[in-house]
Amino acid sequence: MDKQELTCISCPIGCHLEVTNTEQGYVIRGNQCKRGETYAISELTSPTRVLTSTIGVKGGFLNRLPVRTNSPIPKDKLFAVMEIINTVIVNAPIKAGDIILKNLLGTGVDLIASRSISE
Amino acid sequence: MLKYDVVVIGGGPAGLAAAIEAKNDGVDNILVIERDKELGGILQQCIHNGFGLHVFKEELTGPEYAERFIEELKSMNIEYKINTMVLSLTEDKTVHAINPKDGYMTIQARAVILAMGCRERTAGAINIPGTRPSGVFTAGTAQRYINMDGYMVGKRVVILGSGDIGLIMARRLTLEGAKVLAVVELMPFSGGLTRNIVQCLDDYNIPLYLNHTVINVKGNHRLEGVTIAKVDDKKRPIPGTEIDYDCDTLLLSIGLIPENELTAGAGAEIDLRTSGPVVNESMETTVEGVFACGNVVHVHDLVDFVTEESKRAGRSVAKYIKNQLSNNRTGFETKGLEGVSYIVPQKVNIDNVDKNLELFLRVSKVYNHVKLVIKADQETVKEIKKRHLAPGEMEHIILAKALLEDKNFKNLTVEVKEED
Repeated sequence: MDKQELTCISCPIGCHLEVTNTEQGYVIRGNQCKRGETYAISELTSPTRVLTSTIGVKGGFLNRLPVRTNSPIPKDKLFAVMEIINTVIVNAPIKAGDIILKNLLGTGVDLIASRSISE
Repeated sequence: MLKYDVVVIGGGPAGLAAAIEAKNDGVDNILVIERDKELGGILQQCIHNGFGLHVFKEELTGPEYAERFIEELKSMNIEYKINTMVLSLTEDKTVHAINPKDGYMTIQARAVILAMGCRERTAGAINIPGTRPSGVFTAGTAQRYINMDGYMVGKRVVILGSGDIGLIMARRLTLEGAKVLAVVELMPFSGGLTRNIVQCLDDYNIPLYLNHTVINVKGNHRLEGVTIAKVDDKKRPIPGTEIDYDCDTLLLSIGLIPENELTAGAGAEIDLRTSGPVVNESMETTVEGVFACGNVVHVHDLVDFVTEESKRAGRSVAKYIKNQLSNNRTGFETKGLEGVSYIVPQKVNIDNVDKNLELFLRVSKVYNHVKLVIKADQETVKEIKKRHLAPGEMEHIILAKALLEDKNFKNLTVEVKEED
């Protein structure tokens, strides 16, 4: 039986959660509402995050193009994805929402431009 | 001299939303003035997600949030000037501005919306001991270098202050390959949102030292290291608690200050608690026809709240231009009592309130299981139970107009009280 402590990020209250892994599944204490339980279970089984960063852009109004993943990706792949996107340079013009890289590391998640950059 | 019905100073989220709303409400002749080379303001460098949950019901990045408003503004043919610096604003609403294309210009406005936002407190504001090497940046400056200009600011980083920009930059620097050694906060609580502590620090095992501060900065040309120490309840460093860090970069995330030189120059009263202009329910300052919205009034937690406030300012300006705003100057003032550090708006003319009066306030420390008590002079008009209150989280109170109408009182007060 292992115990873990988490802070819920579902709302500004930030409940201090104590999660115990039992044979019947996770038991969560300290949450003031149901969302704390949902958060704790997802956080302990398959934590994911949206990754935002920038890539190089040539011939544009700025030197960097902000990008993001179009859905959350597994937390443990964040740095591997950073390594890939740090090698990418695109050419202006770019429209917000343009797909920069498809299916990052087989996650099914794409990297998209978060702004337009004109020539 | 150029002539406009409404001149909006600042093309960030506040100015964009106010201009769009004023145009929607029938004001045709609007000019937005922006000093940067593009519209969007600080959102353009805030590449992280989490913007727009309230306004668009989705999590956007800063540039995406800005682009939606910029596109709308352009599609409505609202005029704007970029690379343009407003030098001064006078009480008769003459705007003096300058840019490389038009040169010096004077613009006569019937109404002005102040939307200049805020700027960061710098190292000079907090008297950090030690030398003055390069490598000490405000968090927002580092954010602009990295996210827009494409320059990395350093390899080993300590961050002083746990405001949201500092927390966001801790994660950003880590993802870009820097080692963030510590985030150091003078207060016993973080000034940032809890969700940012979890997503930006805990996710990357970056330690947060509360009740600590930087007591020495070392290095002659480039920063070589800093020393931090724990502080006592009078914020004095405690000997023996020092920790030395070898680092080449120190970021400061130690607060934001509304940028109000133009406001004061126009003769508007400044509230020393918010560092922004005193405004009324219509977001009008104490100078008639000069309105203000967004971070120039008070520093907001979320851009969504800036947008909502700025839309109200835009609607009020449209009423003002159409002579539909009651200029009856009598009314009541709002006052924060025990536990409340400020309230916006500071003055209220109930005639201009539609259905509800909205108050925005901050508390001075962390509270759990308390209530906010709102009184019209001595009479309690509302009590709101609160499980949690923190200085880093702006509170929003909605009071029905019916609760306040037809009453003769001078002060609407808000205080924090223990629950019965």
